[in-house]
Amino acid sequence: MIQRPPPQVAPAPPGPAASRSGRRSALLHETALIAPAAILLIVFLILPFFMAGYLSFTNERLVPRPIPTRFVGFENYTRVLGDPDFWQAFRNTFYFALLVVPLQLSMSLGAAMLLNGRLRFRSFFRSVALLPLVTPITVIIVIWAAMFQIPDGLLNNLIRLFGYRGDYVNWLGDARWAMPSIVLLSAWATFPFQMLIYLAGLQDIPIERYEAARIDGANTWAQFRYITLTGLRNVHVFVVITTTIQAFKLFVQVDLLTRGGPLGSTNTLVRYMVQEGYSAQRIGYASAIAIIFFILVTTFALLQRVLIPND
Amino acid sequence: MTSRSARYVPTILAIVMAVIVLVPLSMMFTVSLNPDEAQIQITLGTVRAFIPHVASLENYQHVLADPHQPFLRYLLNTVIIVVGIVGLGLLVNASAAFALAWGQGAYRKLFIGVVIAVYVIPGESLVLPLLLMMSRVGWVDSYQVQIVPFIANSFAIFLFYQFFTGMPRELMEAAKIDGAGLLQTFFRIGLPLSMPVVSTLAILGFLDAWNSYLWPLMVTRGPEYRPLSVAMATYFTGQQAFWGNVMAFAVLMTLPVLIVYLIFQRWFVASVMSSGVKG
Repeated sequence: MIQRPPPQVAPAPPGPAASRSGRRSALLHETALIAPAAILLIVFLILPFFMAGYLSFTNERLVPRPIPTRFVGFENYTRVLGDPDFWQAFRNTFYFALLVVPLQLSMSLGAAMLLNGRLRFRSFFRSVALLPLVTPITVIIVIWAAMFQIPDGLLNNLIRLFGYRGDYVNWLGDARWAMPSIVLLSAWATFPFQMLIYLAGLQDIPIERYEAARIDGANTWAQFRYITLTGLRNVHVFVVITTTIQAFKLFVQVDLLTRGGPLGSTNTLVRYMVQEGYSAQRIGYASAIAIIFFILVTTFALLQRVLIPND
Repeated sequence: MTSRSARYVPTILAIVMAVIVLVPLSMMFTVSLNPDEAQIQITLGTVRAFIPHVASLENYQHVLADPHQPFLRYLLNTVIIVVGIVGLGLLVNASAAFALAWGQGAYRKLFIGVVIAVYVIPGESLVLPLLLMMSRVGWVDSYQVQIVPFIANSFAIFLFYQFFTGMPRELMEAAKIDGAGLLQTFFRIGLPLSMPVVSTLAILGFLDAWNSYLWPLMVTRGPEYRPLSVAMATYFTGQQAFWGNVMAFAVLMTLPVLIVYLIFQRWFVASVMSSGVKG
């Protein structure tokens, strides 16, 4: 058997030929292990990233054309910043996040507390709550499209049941209601994910703290306020930020249900980028939107690293 | 302080939650079993829309026999893509992470730094340059265009890296004394021990790939390579008035995931929970 170099981090002293070949084969092994991932990451992640940056300064088109691509400096960026459609998509994206994050988080925290407390048939309820997570998003969209039907769909009949006196709500066809409708659907579709993360956080809070508080006479609300919410601080930061970033990426729901309408009221940053870069084939212009989107998402992601100190 | 009625509050709330989750899903099943399209239209907003009262497989036959929307082909495409991404991904990411954890090279610190840094890049910002690249090399409308770009994954590398650095040093040294190189140690010790990470990533990757929409929408032109997610969207837009068929398609698409979920439920929960541990 070939003699191997001793297991240590420092380089082996220059020894006999056998040990040198051993070191060479160790290097070979390491290269074989790391190379596939390294190459794939460079080609499919790092290269496109720098390409997006580069393309945003050109007038590149998706399909090659006779006129060569030209460097245009900051023209794309100045045009984006003066583009009312961009700003509408920008506002819509924030509006969506502003509505969906609180709704989704209260749903998931509520469900998590329910499942963490004393509850009969707990595992049954947990399995049920997780069903939206395993239902493909396009399927969820299709089901909700049926529920949004006018004038006598399930949701319209439901609000009538609760006393709505108007004719009907045109959920997806009314510029005022289209985004809130997308919010409802989206919160339903992904709340179990945050629910599980809250559940993990709740299970980390020692039960003794509640017992001690009860002995001290703290009521349910005080226990929730001072033990549950305080104990979940880092989980909150994580969940709020990841949910917000997820909300910024809104695309498939609006692409399928409203095509960004009515009157552009549900067009989002990602959808506008796809529309410009893919449908209209203006890759250069759309890359400027992609870079702005990247900056937006990264800012929020970094916020998390700042707010969770022991990360 | 707990009055008798207060004891029922959690149960009542849990039932409300279950109803909210189950009504849309049972509506999908109920409508899919109803062959009478006119009746579906009339009852779509009523209780009859989500409590099954007829059981016919006619809609399912329509979906499976549609020559323009070959469901089974879409299913096959999806399975090939999911297996490709998840299978190759596990191998590539685990081996890289193992080298990062137990290799000797000085590049490792930089590599890990890059892996953590690129994790924040949203895939949405990369689709356009990637599309440009893929169309220039002629990969558009193929399986590889939907698999190869997603094999290497910074989150997976990081999760494996965390696991491998936690393995006892003695184990590695014992393997080395036995004459095993880094490659053998990875395949004989590292990979088999990392099964919890493997199952987590397999489940998350499976869900991700089953749901992916934007990229396949851009890079597929027709049924040949199109996955179910995009096909569901196209079918929905094309069959607007035929809720029975649309819902049958939806059920058929959901069933495989549902079955996997019911079998691996415990791992499902654990994997999603662990995905939230680190951003």
